[in-house]
Amino acid sequence: MRTNSRNFYLIPYVLWIALFVVTPLLLVLYYSFFDIEGHFTLENYRKFFTPVYLKMTLSSFWYAFLITLFSLLIAYPTAYLLTKTKHKQLWLLLIILPSWINLLLKAYAFLGIFGTYGAANSFLEALGIGGRQILFTDFSFIFVSVYIFLPFMILPIFNSLDELNPTLLDASNDLGGSSWVTFKRVIFPLTLDGVKAGCQIVFIPALSLFMLTRLIAGNRVITLGTAIEQHFLVTQDWGMGSTIAVFLIIAMVFIMVLTGRRKRGIL
Amino acid sequence: MKKIRKWPAIYLALIFIILYAPILYLIFYSFNSGGTMYQFEGFTLDWYRELLTDTRLLIIVLNTVIIALLSAAISTIIGVAGALAIAYARKRRVKNTLLSLNNVLIVSPDVIIGASFLILFTMIGLKLGFVSVLLAHIAFSVPIVVLMVLPKIEEMSTSMIYAAMDLGASRFDVLTKVILPYITPGIFAGFFMALTYSLDDFAVTFFVTGNGFTTLSVEIYSLARRGVSLNINALSALLFLFTIILVAGYYFITKRNEKPNGMGVRQ
Repeated sequence: MRTNSRNFYLIPYVLWIALFVVTPLLLVLYYSFFDIEGHFTLENYRKFFTPVYLKMTLSSFWYAFLITLFSLLIAYPTAYLLTKTKHKQLWLLLIILPSWINLLLKAYAFLGIFGTYGAANSFLEALGIGGRQILFTDFSFIFVSVYIFLPFMILPIFNSLDELNPTLLDASNDLGGSSWVTFKRVIFPLTLDGVKAGCQIVFIPALSLFMLTRLIAGNRVITLGTAIEQHFLVTQDWGMGSTIAVFLIIAMVFIMVLTGRRKRGIL
Repeated sequence: MKKIRKWPAIYLALIFIILYAPILYLIFYSFNSGGTMYQFEGFTLDWYRELLTDTRLLIIVLNTVIIALLSAAISTIIGVAGALAIAYARKRRVKNTLLSLNNVLIVSPDVIIGASFLILFTMIGLKLGFVSVLLAHIAFSVPIVVLMVLPKIEEMSTSMIYAAMDLGASRFDVLTKVILPYITPGIFAGFFMALTYSLDDFAVTFFVTGNGFTTLSVEIYSLARRGVSLNINALSALLFLFTIILVAGYYFITKRNEKPNGMGVRQ
């Protein structure tokens, strides 16, 4: 490949990186040092460390954690069972299909289902539990989020399960490993990369979704994303919004390091 | 054995039901003459009729499609160049740096992308509207195209390029007659992904769209915030149909591309 040294493909691509990757991030950092009147200040950072913002950050992380956890708990068995089916690629496609439906429409569907007279309440009444307020609660927020993120969690786990060499399972069986031991010692460690990738794909957006908190949680839940949107588009306090964005970026980098994928198993 | 076999099927069926129920729920009520999403009064096509005579909405749909096609096409070009640049970078460090920068926009939460682009566009004095939305969509689609194309380039054996060069092909010939035909499936996949990302995007568009210009997602959001209106249901039914057609097309394209590859180039 040495003959191909003049790498002129670089030009448009590097331009893109400079303009749309590096510059915006620097601009966010830059704006975080200005208050709403355009004066240079560290006030935004001081404000971020007041209990109001810290509590919001904490609760945002807590919700994201719950969403990721439930997604993982539901997605892993699903991915595992999918790899066992015939025509698994087709089934996988059918699982992924809902994720291509516009997210807003899915959220909107839950406005109907979880509404006061919606299907969920009729179901509860039929069971004899009785109707209750479902929409605009923590439950509805987490349920809808898990619903939306589920395909994104299933996909990487499915891929890593699919790559798993079946002879390893036979080996484990032959050596007397029960199915639980095989799962714990062979399958799960070897698919950890998929799990990590899935967690990364779910956790970061879960920290920052703002339309769900608005539509489903009825502003009860305020995530980092909601706060940023609020500051940028409602109160027009770009400085504070940028400061929160800076912390969201830091959190994001931290999560990526934590779930960093090392391609160890593949050699 | 039979007993064990039953539970997985039930579990998978349940997942499928949960994934599809909200969408089908939406579509079901799009035929409701009652005007609510909980009491089905009678069958009607009024909502569809209203949808198709709503010129404002049709223009929004058109906008969305134009943005999606344009941004997917442009980002595919930049993305292919980027993938080539990354694949043929000579220094390992350059390659890794480019790859990490590439992934920044993929892992960044939409809110961050939206907010930082809003700052960027305001800074350079770009009026928010069609152009800003288009630029933003190109920007966040490029890395996806790169990721879809890159593996294709890397799995390509270098001896093919050497062979072409030995036979007297110019660098341009090598690119257009050897590399591009080989990576075409990747390019299609990238284009398709860019298309779906653009069609699906809400958060970024929400930030960088001005008053005059709206895409479908943003429109759905503002409609949904006002509450249930069965127009949206009818719209979602049509979109669902459209998505299925798109996915089916994609599935058959990749199916067709996979077969010769799987047999010809075994790794």
